Amino acid sequence: MMAPALPDMPTAGGFLLVLAIMLPIAGVLLQFMLGGRQAERIALLVMPAGLAVAVAVTAALMLSGRPLVYHLGNLAPPLGLALRADGFSALMLMTTALIVSAIGLFARADFATPTGTVEARAPFVFWTLLLALWGALAVVFLGQDLFTLYVGLELLTFGAVPLVSLDGRAETLTAALRYLLFALFGSALFLAGTVLFYGEYGTLDIALLATRTHPDTTSAIAVAMMTAGLLAKTALFPFHLWLPPAHAGAPAPASALLSSLVVKGPFFLVVRLWFGAMPGLTDLPAAQLLGALGAGAVLFGSVLALCQPRLKPLIAYSTVAQLGYLFLMFPLAGGVGLPASVRMAVWTGGAVQAVSHAFAKAAMFAGAGLIGQALGHDRISGLRGVGRALPVTTFAVAFAGLSLMGLPPSGGFMAKWLLVRASIATAQWWWAALVFAGGLLAGGYIFRIIAPALSAPEKPLPAIRTPARRREVVVLALALISVLLGVVPFGLTTLLAVGNPTIAHIVPR
Amino acid sequence: MNAEVLFGLAGAVLAGLGLYGLVADPAPLRKLLAFNLLGGGVFLVFGVVARRGAAAGLGGDPVPQALVITGLVVAFAATALAVALLRLLFERTGQTLLDTAAQERTSPDQADG
Repeated sequence: MMAPALPDMPTAGGFLLVLAIMLPIAGVLLQFMLGGRQAERIALLVMPAGLAVAVAVTAALMLSGRPLVYHLGNLAPPLGLALRADGFSALMLMTTALIVSAIGLFARADFATPTGTVEARAPFVFWTLLLALWGALAVVFLGQDLFTLYVGLELLTFGAVPLVSLDGRAETLTAALRYLLFALFGSALFLAGTVLFYGEYGTLDIALLATRTHPDTTSAIAVAMMTAGLLAKTALFPFHLWLPPAHAGAPAPASALLSSLVVKGPFFLVVRLWFGAMPGLTDLPAAQLLGALGAGAVLFGSVLALCQPRLKPLIAYSTVAQLGYLFLMFPLAGGVGLPASVRMAVWTGGAVQAVSHAFAKAAMFAGAGLIGQALGHDRISGLRGVGRALPVTTFAVAFAGLSLMGLPPSGGFMAKWLLVRASIATAQWWWAALVFAGGLLAGGYIFRIIAPALSAPEKPLPAIRTPARRREVVVLALALISVLLGVVPFGLTTLLAVGNPTIAHIVPR
Repeated sequence: MNAEVLFGLAGAVLAGLGLYGLVADPAPLRKLLAFNLLGGGVFLVFGVVARRGAAAGLGGDPVPQALVITGLVVAFAATALAVALLRLLFERTGQTLLDTAAQERTSPDQADG
């Protein structure tokens, strides 16, 4: 094994990382300055720019094969703060940029400022929080300092909570409050762990921590607290109680953002912590515990999804279930002397699951929003005939469902296939069994939506408000991406290998 | 027992009390107060870490102090957001409990969009 690599030096394209964070945040500031109906226009202007930055970051990584690093104020850690994009960060940045842009286009009809008014509360809040979430996610994906990550995590929470209660109904306010209390529990624990890390090692920089940390009681307590806090924020079973009411009660575009992107932020930090700051943690039995919680999430979330009478709660419980798969990364990537190919397969499986679930869930929530608006309700028992009235939307929801079930050739299939292969390679067959069981259960709850939607209505449907074709196309595009991730590899493995901590000591850069 | 140990233990006790309240108390307002207690405990531990890291003639390591200030701002903003939500909830329903079962009985099945 090689000696630990020195922390990365700043790279030429490092300013792109600053842009990735500053563009959305500058947008939010402008929105507050100009106010009113300008908010939507600014958000729509930031989208292509942010997308271009995400593409540039990804391209820079693919071309150089090295992570992008930027030192704020030209001060290297431990004195200064670093921003760093490895392959996983770049992939998540791309995903965020694409989904935020798609949902932004989708939401124009829901959150247009009415003509004749200067400023309406819900649209203004939505468009500012859309960009705020984007900026916060960029901080989470690029931050390299535990305290920077804490601030990013808090920004993410403050952006996400008000989105839940945009309509101001009592039950969404309750859902938002419960979400906030869970999130505060999580942030306090994360901060407490951060203090312990600083007290023990004198730095919060992840690259430096990776070279300094050693398994002792203090580190174990710190990691346990931070992980518990992050699990509360990402809603992993048994901390999932807040998620279904919050995600099901929010307006459709907000649900899509919350379920596809916001819950991935804390998950990403668990990965950073376990693989980045404390390498070697995954060899411990604690990794099996994370996997077991993931298994609980898959089974519990899927069974509850099967019992829901309404469409949006069903999709929300499906998020609880799908998040569980992400945590199979930890037990599978552990083990001393595991070949690099297996580690890479686990890493790719987890990343593809995060990304394909993000696209599939954005499509499903947006599609459910269109169905709800067309029918005036979202009861599953009343979905008969929707397939004829809204063929494009139904097709998109079915396609997204394909990815959630993990049927080939979708992105979900590729993710679950990689995880199953790794569980066989590491002789942990029980995780493979879990993936199969979860796939069957997902098939069950997707069937509950698709079967009535495709059947003929008992009586002609009442007058349906047909959604704009533009919105249906956005939903379809999101669903297609989640499926195509399995067909077109998009150079994902190459990208994910860049700066990858699990193989860093095997492939020296 | 020197001052650092004493303050560290006090911080740990505060954090423990706050954590217990946050998990066990059913009322959101009291949960929020418990969160602030927990935060206070964590900030106190930050202070101890700063004191223990004192070097180069300084009374304490300045980095944790800078972090505490940011942490205070974040905790303040979080508290303000929670209080605003609670007030709005009280205006709408006349109560501030998180009993969803009672609310689901009163609100009819409706589409969200």
